[in-house]
Amino acid sequence: MPVINVDDLTDKDKALMEVTQLKREVQLQRWMTSKCCEEIKDYIQAGVDEDTLVKGISEDKNPFKEKGGCVIC
Amino acid sequence: MGEMEQLRKEADNLKDQITAARKAMQDTTLQEAAASINVVGRVQLKTRKTLRGHLAKIYAMHWSTDSKLCVSASQDGKLIVWDSITTNKVNAIPLKSSWVMTCAYAPSGNLVACGGLDNMCSIYNLKGKDGNVKVMRELAAHTGYLSCCRFLSDSEIITSSGDCTCVLWDIETGTQKTIFAGHQGDCMSLAVSPDFKFFISGACDFTAKLWDIREGTCRQTFGGHENLSRINYILDLCKLYDLRADQELITYQDSSIMCGVTSLAPSLSGRLLLAGYDDFNVNIWDTLKAERVGVLAGHDNRVSCIGVSSDGMACCTGSWDSFLKIWN
Repeated sequence: MPVINVDDLTDKDKALMEVTQLKREVQLQRWMTSKCCEEIKDYIQAGVDEDTLVKGISEDKNPFKEKGGCVIC
Repeated sequence: MGEMEQLRKEADNLKDQITAARKAMQDTTLQEAAASINVVGRVQLKTRKTLRGHLAKIYAMHWSTDSKLCVSASQDGKLIVWDSITTNKVNAIPLKSSWVMTCAYAPSGNLVACGGLDNMCSIYNLKGKDGNVKVMRELAAHTGYLSCCRFLSDSEIITSSGDCTCVLWDIETGTQKTIFAGHQGDCMSLAVSPDFKFFISGACDFTAKLWDIREGTCRQTFGGHENLSRINYILDLCKLYDLRADQELITYQDSSIMCGVTSLAPSLSGRLLLAGYDDFNVNIWDTLKAERVGVLAGHDNRVSCIGVSSDGMACCTGSWDSFLKIWN
């Protein structure tokens, strides 16, 4: 892999790099946002039941539960 | 027309084409697509542990893949490896340079790394034979500060730098395998894909770039293709971009929030987005509905870093108040 020394690049080199990069990006195959949104929804819904921060966790199952203190009745 | 002028015109033309191509694929917004889903119930997380020990601002933290240990970096010049369940300090590693900005835990749990204004990424072996934690490698070549680092394995790490580049290093030889150049501003952060094939870098040129690690090329750029005259740089919001649609799907903002976002972490399923802010709080967003569903208030200064453990059981926040807190 050729090693580029960024400090040696001239403004023209950078401008050329940018144009080359943009030419690459313009050709990207893009999905419709509706398809992406459906996939995201499905992905999230599939995992949400196992997501502790969403569903919460009972004290006895919580590895981070605060140590029991004294309870004065 | 001079060559530079010509190149600039060509670049603007290509940017306009990309903007048009993205618009053409925009047949719905995430808000519309998620209209039938109810907002997630109010999320009320409690501080379960407070990790005390740093003597100055905490700048970074990273969970170990075991969801139990985590490492934090502070400008008191220390890296501390914590057992988040017992709150014990497993290791307190003194650093050569106290101007640390980032830290990372290797997936194996064997190594940690850090770096900052020393322009270097220092790798520490936690499992040395004599039990002492020593510097294993100092990866030096960046000509700017080290803003972020993430291990791919015990032999490879990726760094992002104020010199506008990201680098893939061979830890064994201490050499640069690949330089990812293209950003026109300081690279501030990076995140590696779960399959370790790609990473995304965020930079001060207001863009995020998706890089193919093995090819060494930039696949996509987000945020920077708009015509400069129409960009509004509001620092108090978060946006969700979809890689396949190659565009923004939704913005997380609220008129009551008027300060910058410092750090982000999604919950395990992705349903929640936890974001640390300059106003000392963490706001919890429903990712699909873009509504704020919770706040973590407990720090006495800016929340500088946040991370959700791999098993999703807890979230850790690090702050300029010198404490880390574990919440769930």
